[in-house]
Amino acid sequence: MEKFSYVNATSLEQVTELLSDSGWGEVMLIAGGTDLLAELKEYVAAPKTLVNLKTLPGMEGIEADASGLKIGALTTVADIAKHPTIQHHYTVLAQAAVSVATPQIRNVGTLGGNLCQRPRCWYYRDESTNCLKKGGDICYAVDGLSKYHAILGGDPVYIVHPSDLAPALIALGASVTIVGPEGEKTMSLEEFFTLPAANPYRENVLQPNEIVVSVQVPPAKPNTKSLYLKAREKGAPDFALASVAGVFEMDGKTCKAANIVLGGVAPAPWRSKEAETALTGKMINEMVSKQAGADAVKDAQPLNDNAYKVTLTQNLVSRAAMMAAS
Amino acid sequence: MASWGEASESRLIGKRIPRLSGKDKVTGKAKYTFDINRPGLLYGRILRSEIAHADVVGLDLSDAEALPGVKAVLPLIEVGKKIRYQGQEIAAVAAETDDIAKDAIRLIRVDLEELPYVVTEADAMAEGAPQIRDDWEGNQSNPDVREEGDITAGFEQAAVEVEVTYHAPVQTHVCLETHGNVAEWEDDQHLTVWASTQAVFGTRRDLAGTFNLPANQVRVITEHMGGGFGSKFGPGVEGRTAAELARMTGRAVKLMLTRKAEHLVAGNRPSMTQHVRAGATSDGRLIAYDMKGHGTGGISSGAGFQAPYVYHVPNRRTERVNIAVNAGNQRAMRAPGHPQGAFAMDSLMDELAEKLGMNPLEFRRINDPNETRQAQYTLGAQEIGWHRRNSVPGSGSGVKKRGMGVGSGLWGGGGGNNTQARVTINSDGSVEAVTGTQDIGTGVRTAIAIIVAEELGLNPTDIGVKVGDSEPGLPSGGSGGSQTTASVAPVIKTAAAAAKQKLFERIAPQLEAPVEDLRVGNHTIYVVSDRTKTIKWQVATGLLGMESISEGGHWDEDLRQGGVAGTQFAEVEVDTETGAVRVIKIVAVQDCGLAINRLTTESQINGGVIMGLGQALLEERFMDPLTGRMLNANLEDYKVPGTFEIPEIKSVVFDTHRKVTGVGEPPCIPTPGAIANAVYNAIGVRVRELPITPDKVLNALAEKKA
Repeated sequence: MEKFSYVNATSLEQVTELLSDSGWGEVMLIAGGTDLLAELKEYVAAPKTLVNLKTLPGMEGIEADASGLKIGALTTVADIAKHPTIQHHYTVLAQAAVSVATPQIRNVGTLGGNLCQRPRCWYYRDESTNCLKKGGDICYAVDGLSKYHAILGGDPVYIVHPSDLAPALIALGASVTIVGPEGEKTMSLEEFFTLPAANPYRENVLQPNEIVVSVQVPPAKPNTKSLYLKAREKGAPDFALASVAGVFEMDGKTCKAANIVLGGVAPAPWRSKEAETALTGKMINEMVSKQAGADAVKDAQPLNDNAYKVTLTQNLVSRAAMMAAS
Repeated sequence: MASWGEASESRLIGKRIPRLSGKDKVTGKAKYTFDINRPGLLYGRILRSEIAHADVVGLDLSDAEALPGVKAVLPLIEVGKKIRYQGQEIAAVAAETDDIAKDAIRLIRVDLEELPYVVTEADAMAEGAPQIRDDWEGNQSNPDVREEGDITAGFEQAAVEVEVTYHAPVQTHVCLETHGNVAEWEDDQHLTVWASTQAVFGTRRDLAGTFNLPANQVRVITEHMGGGFGSKFGPGVEGRTAAELARMTGRAVKLMLTRKAEHLVAGNRPSMTQHVRAGATSDGRLIAYDMKGHGTGGISSGAGFQAPYVYHVPNRRTERVNIAVNAGNQRAMRAPGHPQGAFAMDSLMDELAEKLGMNPLEFRRINDPNETRQAQYTLGAQEIGWHRRNSVPGSGSGVKKRGMGVGSGLWGGGGGNNTQARVTINSDGSVEAVTGTQDIGTGVRTAIAIIVAEELGLNPTDIGVKVGDSEPGLPSGGSGGSQTTASVAPVIKTAAAAAKQKLFERIAPQLEAPVEDLRVGNHTIYVVSDRTKTIKWQVATGLLGMESISEGGHWDEDLRQGGVAGTQFAEVEVDTETGAVRVIKIVAVQDCGLAINRLTTESQINGGVIMGLGQALLEERFMDPLTGRMLNANLEDYKVPGTFEIPEIKSVVFDTHRKVTGVGEPPCIPTPGAIANAVYNAIGVRVRELPITPDKVLNALAEKKA
């Protein structure tokens, strides 16, 4: 990796001030480092300054009460996975968390880092390939090898968003709190993520001088069933070929409301309104669940090597719906 | 005639004995080459080409040389030469720290003029493809055509025929310890190298030649080794480079390959594509086989594979070509040419059996000339519960469908006359067994201890085994071809027997008995005709005084035998909605002759099965036609089995005779074929390409539906 100076953060003001002096990539934030260190070692990232967030007070921990969840950005993925309230009332999040990487990585990887992690695309991660995401002219996945790439929302950059926590949190209706030089703001996590058509170089709306500080989840509704299904080639560690985060408000076998968010298939966590519509107000049976699956992928545009993801995603959505009704 | 005696006479041989280095390995005490640190150690790094095909038009080392902490910079290619694959060496540095070395190679200025490249077989075979080897016409070698019998007549007799194409991609070795060496010169005439190698003496020979030194002035040490699988038979470019950097600087240099370089340049199993047409008679005899195939071993050749395999086909024609691509060279990889050949053949067997309406096991029984495997079919079928398989493939109910399959293999592994060894009995009772072989993780160190302990009436832990060092000057062969134990065991046994004989001669007067009446017991020596005459081992050796015993051994044909058969049965579960294949159980029945140590023999079988499972379900090198680079030269996208993938493995040590045979390679051969057939039995759709990943399963299921 290139040389950089290292600063232990003492306050959010100091962090945003350090960030303000530069554009993207000059000053970078590190918490668990499970993503960034690999980027540094591969020379995909080469910041002049690295700001260690682990020394920031009050950014770690889970508050669970009647108003829902508040999770600090420095909370580890492992702590989310093993939190009893999350396991019982926000099951989709616990399941997503435990599916991340390996115990070692979950023990140091943080919520903030998981949401802001960069793509795993094998062209993006190759120092020698100047792809569109890195300021080059083309997305190599279009004519190259695209087995692990996007089937939805890709144009013009066909990366997939690798986060497992993001689809789960969006399905739970989470919001994210961001601090910048102007102070604090909160927005829906769904709107936090962006597609390449809006900005091919980033995966979210964060400005270079902003930092994610926490995520809030509204209280779980009664009679809610939530689950995370993740298809991968290998048990662990492996990123999703496709994943489905589903939160279903059920009345017996009837789905009163559903939030369906897909992972591993689009450059951002992909809210499938189509699948939600297909399920809402319906008694869930095989036909209805199959329809929801089919609707979830009806706009899919696979590349050369990833048509299988269409079938896979469709099947995962159907399976999630059937599991919600069982 | 020398023999290993009857099983009933063996106290240790054939039992389950923990490996001597096990504790050191799990506690981290065992030092691998990667762990060797020397006083004043420098760190070596190699700059490699990221371009697959180029002319080298300029090379400027000055910036790297000027970096503080850099002690030497060594060009590894000359201006005017060609780069022919990604990863090819350009220049190396030695520096005070590894970080400085990493920075320094990035300061080397190399000017490459890119040439058209081909990195996939399809591109290499396409019309108008750029020619990448000067010595071939096009990018294909001359076909290797072999014929036996009369295939036209054969096909006329065939009642059923199958015509299909099978494919297995390039696989890399993924040695957990990457290739590398630590090199240190005592003076300008004496070189010591700690090497991660399968051939201590081969590496010594190579380095002695490189530096024009007598072999006895080069010492190579391999105390422990983190995996080679056929890819580590010499110092390689990186080893010669480490030694040269050490020579230039007068300091020790450690140079280990990065994980990326390990994938790119440290060898691979060539790909295989075979288009095969085959026929069988109505009574289930294979009658005709016509195969046209190709594979790539990178820029080199060597992409052969076994076809047909194991089963007898009287009328056959095979045609193979090597395809050259701009990618790193192949090297021998655990049973070269066999697993991919077995996958295709065993798939073909099942396809023919189905056309005949015959149980695939029955079809094998008819066509397999090997008696050992015939017995293994019965045993394996019983172990897996073959009667539970779907008689109609894909007929299981539900989304997750189970199936069973069978695959077969063969190997040599008889060892050779290549080893010198010495067994020493000291007057304090301690025993040393020394030979220049190397324990590459297979457990030969423990096998040596067992053999000596058995011969002398001691425990394996009583024996000081010294392997992995050329210094004692007792050469042995490289550990390849499953030859190590079978090569070493006879020499160790005869050396131990000779030492014992010498000891008997020395103490016979004391026991007032003829030498031929002496026997060893448990840490004792006694007179067979008068059991009251017993002397403790320690007392007996104490009589040696200053004259310890040290005896060499010799090769003995009668103690070893080559040629093994193996059969594996797989049970899998396929999720038809996600395409995920989970292996439930593998029964591996492995013919192995005399298992010196049943425990490590089982470990070998387990390891082979796991490696075969990786080839069956996960492993594939992805070469990108756009950039000319390998896209998954890491362990994230190049996937090897982890704990979640490893099924119940029933390793059956099928010891049919009492002569030593190697089993390092054969247990990985039948696995991919058995799994592929089990997948078919589960879902009723055949996947003819490895690895059987979810995309292929889902695509196959979709095709069937359509």
